[in-house]
Amino acid sequence: MLILARKVNESINIGDQVEISVVDIRGDQVKIGIKAPREVKIYRHEVYEAIQQENRAAAAASTDLPALESMLIRPKDQDES
Amino acid sequence: MRVQTKPYGMLDVDERQKIIFPFGILGFENLREYVLLDAVQQPFYWLQSLEVPEIAFVLINPQVFRPDYTLDVIDSDLEEIDLGKNNGDNTLIFAIVTIPENHSKMTANLQGPLIINREKRVGRQSVSTNEKWKVRHFILDELASLRNETC
Repeated sequence: MLILARKVNESINIGDQVEISVVDIRGDQVKIGIKAPREVKIYRHEVYEAIQQENRAAAAASTDLPALESMLIRPKDQDES
Repeated sequence: MRVQTKPYGMLDVDERQKIIFPFGILGFENLREYVLLDAVQQPFYWLQSLEVPEIAFVLINPQVFRPDYTLDVIDSDLEEIDLGKNNGDNTLIFAIVTIPENHSKMTANLQGPLIINREKRVGRQSVSTNEKWKVRHFILDELASLRNETC
């Protein structure tokens, strides 16, 4: 991994179209500004990780699938009683 | 074609049910070929990997329990599977369902929707740009609150 030291208001260019700048540093938090074309996907890494983990959990589940309808009848019956 | 499926064993599946995920599914990036099957239990579907029979996902149409669900993704995610904003009829949207041992706690992932181009039979998992949609929505709870609203 390439590691570069930057101060507030300094920036890094990635290719011709992406610029990443350090906007603010407070304690252990860094505010980062990103200029990039609209089609470049930018997400917090945790979002990707959370979806990956959830996908793995979903794939690992058993094939014993409930019928949603039968699970729903019960609360409805209670409403009517 | 004959397909070994996780839920139903060996099945005859129409070629037209085959869907290519050119970018895979997050966490399963190297699996590209799937078939979309109706589950015996409505309103679920199975997305069965053709490459690894043990890998299959339960899917649901988010509208079933969240009629207010909107697909908020960046345009290039749609363009990559030849869909545009005005291509609604051709767009299928699913959420992957996670079913724990206690079935009543099943959740749907609305943050990472699956988008499928029905005509071209290609799909991708996208990441919602709307923070309202989370990785775990409790399907039964949200259905119950929906019911209360409409009563």
